[in-house]
Amino acid sequence: MSRVTLEGAGTLFRKEILRFWKVAFQTVAAPVLTAVLYLLIFGHVLEDRVEVFPGVGYTAFLIPGLVMMSVLQNAFANSSSSLIQSKITGNLVFLLVTPLSHWAWYAAYVGACIVRGLAVGTGVFLVTVWFAPLSLAQPWWSIVFVALGAAMLGSLGLIAGLWAEKFDQMAAFQNFIIMPMTFLSGVFYSVRSLPPFWYEVSHLNPFFYMIDGFRRGFFGASDVSPWLSLAVVGTSFVAVAAITLRLLASGYKLRA
Amino acid sequence: MPAVSFQQVAKTYPGASSALRALDGVSFDIEAGEFFGLLGPNGAGKTTLISILAGLVRASAGRVTVHGHDVVADYAQARRSLGIVPQELVFDPFFSVRETLRIQSGYFGVRNNDAWIDELLHSLGLADKASANMRQLSGGMKRRVLVAQALVHRPPVIVLDEPTAGVDVELRQTLWQFIARLNRAGHTVLLTTHYLEEAEALCGRIAMLKQGRVVALDRTAALLAGTASTMLSFKTDDVLPASLAANARVTGRIVQLKAHDATEVEVLLAALREHRVRVEDLEIGRADLEDVFLEIMQGTSEIFA
Repeated sequence: MSRVTLEGAGTLFRKEILRFWKVAFQTVAAPVLTAVLYLLIFGHVLEDRVEVFPGVGYTAFLIPGLVMMSVLQNAFANSSSSLIQSKITGNLVFLLVTPLSHWAWYAAYVGACIVRGLAVGTGVFLVTVWFAPLSLAQPWWSIVFVALGAAMLGSLGLIAGLWAEKFDQMAAFQNFIIMPMTFLSGVFYSVRSLPPFWYEVSHLNPFFYMIDGFRRGFFGASDVSPWLSLAVVGTSFVAVAAITLRLLASGYKLRA
Repeated sequence: MPAVSFQQVAKTYPGASSALRALDGVSFDIEAGEFFGLLGPNGAGKTTLISILAGLVRASAGRVTVHGHDVVADYAQARRSLGIVPQELVFDPFFSVRETLRIQSGYFGVRNNDAWIDELLHSLGLADKASANMRQLSGGMKRRVLVAQALVHRPPVIVLDEPTAGVDVELRQTLWQFIARLNRAGHTVLLTTHYLEEAEALCGRIAMLKQGRVVALDRTAALLAGTASTMLSFKTDDVLPASLAANARVTGRIVQLKAHDATEVEVLLAALREHRVRVEDLEIGRADLEDVFLEIMQGTSEIFA
């Protein structure tokens, strides 16, 4: 990749970060507050009733789940909202007339999604870590899954942003696909506590493997092997990334 | 090598009931350093043609090159050579004027470009707005930023799609002085406009599009010379006789009649006297580009160099 191309992709990456950072109260502080509210409500109600892993209280179990959920939702929100806003207001033309390749678009948009996801996730962690004793038993698993999860949701956000032509279509994508898959991934519970049918269904949800693999880094214990989670999440990411790159290269809903 | 080359460019938009053929085999070249006008009524295909040049729309057939670079196969080089001023007044509300220009410059891989950005801001009367957010600017100011964005990477070919639509006289003057300066410095300029007096004053050569086809392509002077060169204008409250009304352009009380020479003017005046048409403010002038444009658009004639 030439220096000119790298500079172009780097500019788009920095611009996407600047875009959310300029409204950080809405894009970083608000999701941190939401996660804390979840923790206060669910932690208060369930702390004395649920012990998911031996010696791990419910609040401690919940914190990594909330961190990862915030990372995933905000990574998705960054690329999807940026793209749909630029499409609807028409300022995407400034990017469409540039020499940037579909690879550059992808790297810049998804890179910025990872940064926002990590910014929000770090914020959630720093605020919630005081509510329960936590340690990082196998931190590399957490790092691998948070990076892969944010990249995959950033890619899904790009697909949604390319596909949607109106804000309500985007809301539908978020509310009917991303939100259920996130909430039903074991953020608030261990899938072992589910009835057999829903236990099996949960294993079809790639988000479950992201959350479970991320938790592995904290507790050294998980519902499934982290290697299985890595295989599922890695394969899902490659598939979603390939679709996104294909759509970008073809100019899907970008170039008439 | 031409700066821009359109070769048999066609574009068909699929429709629910029937397909719309926006461009139908458009071919012409624009030489390096030209100030070229692309004219035509609404829906003639001007913006579609420019959008294909910019890579915003893909041609159904044909080929477009910029300095020899195909806009599809070699899009990166083609786009580096182009600066596009879009027709729509669009902006990114998150950024200031200077941030907007730095970002656009960075997309083209041009770093540390503040000296040129400052010159653009100064030349376009935006120097005191550099730190203002885009949302705070008036429509005219936003239009100036669009022009600066198109020029920020110093493209050799500048494309302006109706840049003066809805802007005040002062901005028009500023803009044209600046663009003319760039043209004198060697930049190729492709302009579409509804203001035909602008095209007549600025463009050395003109193509006219009608229903997706080129119906005229010539030097501006040749287009003007090739049509009825004299125009008889007057005001009247009376009804014109049918023989004159058929060829008259009537705007309220103002009537314009074409004539090729003095003898024809005499014939027209005699006809007015004969039918007792009372005339005021009689003037005999030269035909302008608007007359050429209307003659070509209303008629079936085509003019090529």
